[in-house]
Amino acid sequence: MPDAALLEVDGLAAGYGASAILQGIDLHVAAGETVAVLGSNGVGKTTLNKVLSGILRPRAGSIRFNGRSLEHAAPSKIVEMGLVHVPEGRRIFPDMSVDENLVLGSYRRAKANRAANRERVMAIFPRLAERCRQPAGTLSGGEQQMLAIGRGLMAEPRFLILDEPSLGLSPLLVEEMFMLIRRLGAEGLTILLVEQNVVQSLALAAHAHVLENGRIVLSGKGEELMSDPRLQKSYLGM
Amino acid sequence: MLAPDILLAAVLNGLMTGAVYALVAVGLTLVYGVLHIINFAHGAILSAAMFAAYFASLAGVDPYIALIGLAPLFFAAGYAAQRLIISPASHGDDQNVLLVTLGLSIVIENVLLTAFHSDTRSIDVPYGFASVDLGFAFLPLPRVVAFAVACVVSAALWIGLHHTDTGKAIRAVAKERYGATLVGIDVAHVYAVTFGIGAACLAIAACLLLPSYYVNPRVGEAYVLVAFTVVVFGGMGSVPGALIGGLMIGVIESLTGLFFGESLGQLGIFVLFIVMLLLRPTGLFGARA
Repeated sequence: MPDAALLEVDGLAAGYGASAILQGIDLHVAAGETVAVLGSNGVGKTTLNKVLSGILRPRAGSIRFNGRSLEHAAPSKIVEMGLVHVPEGRRIFPDMSVDENLVLGSYRRAKANRAANRERVMAIFPRLAERCRQPAGTLSGGEQQMLAIGRGLMAEPRFLILDEPSLGLSPLLVEEMFMLIRRLGAEGLTILLVEQNVVQSLALAAHAHVLENGRIVLSGKGEELMSDPRLQKSYLGM
Repeated sequence: MLAPDILLAAVLNGLMTGAVYALVAVGLTLVYGVLHIINFAHGAILSAAMFAAYFASLAGVDPYIALIGLAPLFFAAGYAAQRLIISPASHGDDQNVLLVTLGLSIVIENVLLTAFHSDTRSIDVPYGFASVDLGFAFLPLPRVVAFAVACVVSAALWIGLHHTDTGKAIRAVAKERYGATLVGIDVAHVYAVTFGIGAACLAIAACLLLPSYYVNPRVGEAYVLVAFTVVVFGGMGSVPGALIGGLMIGVIESLTGLFFGESLGQLGIFVLFIVMLLLRPTGLFGARA
């Protein structure tokens, strides 16, 4: 583990009502690193993201971001600190224009750089520029995903959580999406990539963790995990 | 056969009344759109605002001047009521919000009853019976002022909702609460601001109504019943729906009154309301449920 961890999660447990979803999660992400959390549906990936972004309170354990404790922080405070979560299912504002969606991305953070960041997002996603006045709900699935990420980037995140960014996209767009994530990582952004798409995610993650039944069952460097027989057996069908 | 200028005068009169309906309805529809509940305290808050304007007038402050102070005061009261009473008492469950507002309305109404009894009061202003001569018709001055102010307030609200960050945040929370939370919008704050705007609109409506209307502890209820019709008519949660719906309902009421007699004016509203529910249950601007 690198010692300058931006995000440190230790012994984290969380759940809803009587059901415990996450147990004993340890997760360290260093600044500038892309870390993948992998697992199939229902293993607790989204729950983990909800806890990190303050939507759900942890039952046990600690979360430290940039040295500050997050267990009791409100979601708006967490965004203010620069931890931005691009959720599964995009959650864009459907009846507002693409531009308005981007403006709201900078509601809490980086307001002063709004115009410059909009230019930057439009340069990354030229298709959004073409549709900037269109209601976001009329965009295609791929464009909506771009908008969701673009909205996240408007806050100048120090740490970006991407929850299933490739879900529901055509194979060509999935390819494009992973190229984009690689590019953002190369620009120095710290990324927590939460995915079901194991091969593509391992190819670009420095470290990866495999989540099963709410626990991390396998951790390691991206390329090491790729050749790990346990992972190959359960996820790659080899 | 009616002369066209009588018809036109009736339509204009209807628009004047309708603008105030719109103002009362806009707060109701905004709260519905954002919190997805009917604010049952809306009528009681209107009554309270009318009493506030009434006592301001007794103290020598003209209702149109009192408006400048009462709008922010009621905004603050609405904000605080949502933050300190409605939200904590509903424990995060939307259905409880509905019950809490119902409870709040009972409390407000009975406080007003205890303090001021059920007497109907009105104020005397020098311009109470003044009118504006349009050549073919006379329009009562208080109604013309009410219309103009309601239009300005609606326009300001529209601009605020579309061109300020707070307005955009309100619209974002209305349609996508989870996404709004994740961009850092404080949803509890937005709820309270929405309640505050609703209450401020009522304070303005109260000041506009008072010069030509009466006040008693239940006066708000009658207005809110019509406003609720406007909200459904225009489409639940739609601000333009409430504005256009309010004007239309005002005209319909006025025309029904013209053709069937003043006391049957509201009959037209409810007949049209039923027809609307049968033919287009989502209202003029309503989205699918």
